[in-house]
Amino acid sequence: MHCLWCDKEMVTEVHWGSLLLPDRVTYLCRECEAALEKLDGYLCNKCGRQVGRGGETCRDCRRWEQLSQWQGVLTQNRSVYVYNERMRVMLAKWKYRGDYKLREVFGIGLQDTFRKAFSKHLRKQAVLVPIPLSEERLYERGFNQSEAIIDVLGKPAEQLLTRTHGEKQSKKTRRQRIHTENPFTLIKPTDKPVILIDDIYTTGTTLRHAARTLKSHGCPEVYSLTLARS
Amino acid sequence: MFRAVEAIESYWWGWRCRRCGNKLRRKFADIPCARCNQTHVYCRNCVEMGRVLECQPLYVWTGPHPTWPVRGKACGWDGELTAAQQQASNRIREVMEAGVGELLTWAVCGAGKTEMLFAGIGRSLEAGKRVCLATPRADVVRELLPRFRHAFPDTSISGLYGGSEKKAADGQLVLATTHQLLRFARAFDVMVIDEIDAFPYHEDPSLPFAASRAAKSASARIYLTATPRKKQRRRLEHGQLDSVFVPIRFHGRPLPVPRLILSSHMKKSLQNNMPPVAFFNWLKRRHHPERQLLLFVPYVELAGNMEKAIGPLLRDKLGDTVIASVHAADEEREAKVQQFRNQELQVLITTTILERGVTFPSVDVVVLDAGHAVFDEAALVQIAGRAGRSPDDPEGEVLFFHAGKTKAMVAAVRSINAMNNRAVKI
Ligand SMILES: [Zn+2]
Ligand SMILES: [Zn+2]
Ligand SMILES: [Zn+2]
Ligand SMILES: [Zn+2]
Repeated sequence: MHCLWCDKEMVTEVHWGSLLLPDRVTYLCRECEAALEKLDGYLCNKCGRQVGRGGETCRDCRRWEQLSQWQGVLTQNRSVYVYNERMRVMLAKWKYRGDYKLREVFGIGLQDTFRKAFSKHLRKQAVLVPIPLSEERLYERGFNQSEAIIDVLGKPAEQLLTRTHGEKQSKKTRRQRIHTENPFTLIKPTDKPVILIDDIYTTGTTLRHAARTLKSHGCPEVYSLTLARS
Repeated sequence: MFRAVEAIESYWWGWRCRRCGNKLRRKFADIPCARCNQTHVYCRNCVEMGRVLECQPLYVWTGPHPTWPVRGKACGWDGELTAAQQQASNRIREVMEAGVGELLTWAVCGAGKTEMLFAGIGRSLEAGKRVCLATPRADVVRELLPRFRHAFPDTSISGLYGGSEKKAADGQLVLATTHQLLRFARAFDVMVIDEIDAFPYHEDPSLPFAASRAAKSASARIYLTATPRKKQRRRLEHGQLDSVFVPIRFHGRPLPVPRLILSSHMKKSLQNNMPPVAFFNWLKRRHHPERQLLLFVPYVELAGNMEKAIGPLLRDKLGDTVIASVHAADEEREAKVQQFRNQELQVLITTTILERGVTFPSVDVVVLDAGHAVFDEAALVQIAGRAGRSPDDPEGEVLFFHAGKTKAMVAAVRSINAMNNRAVKI
């Protein structure tokens, strides 16, 4: 096996313990694995970023919840990795350069977080909805990263939304983003809880717009899972 | 007429990437394509150059060579060249007219090398030849396109860079990033390679391979550089490579010499995403506060974080300062560079992606943590070369803030001084 990131050959250590355990496939060499930081310890009970104490809600989330139109729109977000330099480079190669194969690297982490973050009941009930790309962007990239994430989770994806406006918003300030027009339109309503899937949680605006669109058409509760939390 | 060939060839033993030559099975993977709802094989080995799929062919010229008619005057540019530019322009034209041979043009940043190419390219186009200018950076292709369209109004011109895959690659004159050369084979009579010393050209062995494959076997090859690498200097010294030297800027003023400013609290300041105190001291007293400011930082995260940290402060000190930051994977990079060029932004914080090629008329240039390993001699010379580009403001300050001089910094200053001395002798 060669590391999917740096292509170094990985020597699998065989010892008595590993003979008893089912094979856990590794995609990254030890160094590359270590360069990724899992989000653990105390997490904001809303957005899943690291916070100082358990049970805390971070300042950004408190601000969201103070706005009446956004209060409770997104029940909870959980993310797998810290958006550090390595994560940024990996996501760029995956998304923009289009190295689709890299999704496999995130598989185990995604599955772990998915299982840990959401109750068994929710996992069974909920439908997984990818954040859609605009048609133009999808053509450019050839694939939607959110769907690829659902694919490595081994779950079916439900296309309930389409994107009507462009994705670019990094030029806008937080305030502008919060008040921007909703870029999503509903294709199909659902009465089941939804777990939205996206690659990065940055301000949470995109996810909240999607959540509000679903909820205003009868969806009881919306959670989200992202690969990285910036 | 070009024949589109499959980028990935399939054999009984596996695949071969026609672009980079990869045959290793583990370096191929599947991708479901949203364009045609099929699963394609793609090559992971050269995916950094932009993924090619079965539905995005490579262009190969197989039949008789394309013919563009022999015609009258192609070049509509009627500006004047300086004596040094004229001399280089003549040499370039001679090689292009001869149709075979190599020439290295060593021209300082701001020498006006684009204009030096016009005469030769014009003659080549008139003769029905196909010309390619390859440069390492997409920003440069975007900057050059309108200038070439203006200079060669009746010529079909293709501009190719990452993100422009949909555009046709069939122009008589092709401006492309070096990565895009991988799409061509034996296609060009004249090949101009800009910034021959630049990343990624000198780092990635498959790119020189691609460049030589893109040219016809009998072709004129012109290399441009402001900062030749050791390898090229050695070839020059040994007389293995013809060269022409342009040590003076087109406006005749010397290159701004960087000032090295020691600031002992560099690490600490940068940890707080702030420039060091010495920077602010300079900022308060700088001679031309009306100039835009190009601020180089060593790594990506710092660019964004510093924008957030100093944005409010700068707005406070410089009034209505508008500030932005930009890095290689920034989706808005093109727009931000354009805004800066339009002077809608006062300060642009950037990683080394803007070290080359891009021209802004009136800037002061600052490097923070100039001792960082990403700033090698060539990078520092190039960065310094961003200042004083316009004849209306030919000076521009260049400051390297550092926590201890490095060889690269000293060498950069020395080589800039050496250029200026040679320029005086002309
Ligand atoms: Zn590795
Ligand atoms: Zn939070
Ligand atoms: Zn390849
Ligand atoms: Zn396709």
